[in-house]
Amino acid sequence: MAPALINANPVVHEKKERTAKLQANYNDSSPDVIDELEIFDHVRDITDPEHPYSLEQLNVVTEDSIFVDDSKSYVKITFTPTVQHCSMATIIGLSLRLKLLRCLPPRFKVDIFLAPGSHSTEAAINKQLNDKERVAAAFENPNLVDLVEKCLVSTEE
Amino acid sequence: SLRLVQELEGHEDRAWGVAWRPCGGSSVLASCSGDKTVRIWEHASGSSPASATWACKAVLDSSHTRTVRQISWSPNGDMLASASFDATIGMWEYVGGDFSFIASFEGHENEVKSVAWNSAGTLMASCSRDKSVWIWEVLPGHEFECVSVLNGHTQDVKMLVWHPSLDILVSTSYDNTIKVWTEDGDGDDWHCAQTLGPPGRGHTSTVWSASFNATGDCLVTSSDDLTLIVWDTSADLTNSGSDDSAKWKHLTTISGYHDRTIFSVNWSRLNGFIASGAGDDCIRIFVESESQESAQEGSQSYELVHKHEKAHTADVNCVQWHPKDPRLLASAGDDGVVKIWELVGELPPALSATS
Repeated sequence: MAPALINANPVVHEKKERTAKLQANYNDSSPDVIDELEIFDHVRDITDPEHPYSLEQLNVVTEDSIFVDDSKSYVKITFTPTVQHCSMATIIGLSLRLKLLRCLPPRFKVDIFLAPGSHSTEAAINKQLNDKERVAAAFENPNLVDLVEKCLVSTEE
Repeated sequence: SLRLVQELEGHEDRAWGVAWRPCGGSSVLASCSGDKTVRIWEHASGSSPASATWACKAVLDSSHTRTVRQISWSPNGDMLASASFDATIGMWEYVGGDFSFIASFEGHENEVKSVAWNSAGTLMASCSRDKSVWIWEVLPGHEFECVSVLNGHTQDVKMLVWHPSLDILVSTSYDNTIKVWTEDGDGDDWHCAQTLGPPGRGHTSTVWSASFNATGDCLVTSSDDLTLIVWDTSADLTNSGSDDSAKWKHLTTISGYHDRTIFSVNWSRLNGFIASGAGDDCIRIFVESESQESAQEGSQSYELVHKHEKAHTADVNCVQWHPKDPRLLASAGDDGVVKIWELVGELPPALSATS
């Protein structure tokens, strides 16, 4: 028997229309400045660990929940799990981290937090997701990596 | 300022740690990495260690199946221990310029994060995400026997450091505290003599590293809370009376300098300089200031004497002063590079005063 879902009936939202990034931006001689929308584009299609929906469709991440300061090479993502006791919050956080690790230039520092009040063990999960030694160890754990990689298979494909 | 002597490239993942061989002129440096290897670097014989003649002499890649988090030389430089996320401690013997693998030690339930030798080389300690600290006795014939498993931390234990002359062990943890472990008179019976941390003055987030000064009467710790704390460790903890005079005390908090997690702090045993390596890619150097003002307040203060921006192109994970040459510093970073630095130029008077 399949284990019971933590949130059996999540609210599913419409996907935002995509704004194609101006081609000129890529050919420009000035370095590409990374902004909130670009980060959002990287993470919006990550699949929720327990539903066939994207983090965008479940409102786990929104463009407003992302803060970028390109000049300081800094990105901060705040995400909101669909339920307060979501045991998948760590997997979602690791998926966001791995996706950005692959997409962003290495100069970037990334902080990932749960939205305030969005989780019963918010402080503990925030601490774990931002301890790079714990994250490095997690990414060496085949079972965890397997779960995370499944989330990174886009719902679009 | 800090002059880059040489960049040592070769690791294929983040470099977590560096360790100078403590003897033999200290012309050997070991580094460890997420690429599961330990690299051994040596500078050309006859040249100054401050010249760019360092080269990789060996890659120890057969002992671990996961990240090598930290390495530690025995005091006589004959053995090198490695702490790995694969839950084992690797032990290498270094004889006649060659390394031979002795054994790997199991026991911890998961990631081993630090390993350290006492000053006499008779004891080794290890710690893990399993929250425990193990004390190993070094027996003849490369035998190691676990003599004590210390429980007390409520979360991962990040780093271990021994007192420079006494058998006192310090552990730092994800639980925001620092614990001090001592042996009871009749041997083999270790206990926590003191916990440095909340409630009271202490770190408010993960404590990543610790380092004693030369005499062992002060300890500096670094934390995710963006501060360094200097502790007065002159009190004799074996004096079992529970009055406050026999306790280690908070001396001063160095705050306002670091912008991200301070992963490493190292106190030079030669001149009192404190180096820090942080997630803001900077290496900073502090020295105790001898200003009249601080003397009047009756508390020490430390001043920043140098900040080297972009010391690495990513987080600085480890900084380590050379044990013989007071101007040399090694660092390891998330960029996978190991760097050797030389302190150049005018040094503050405190340098001569404390050396």
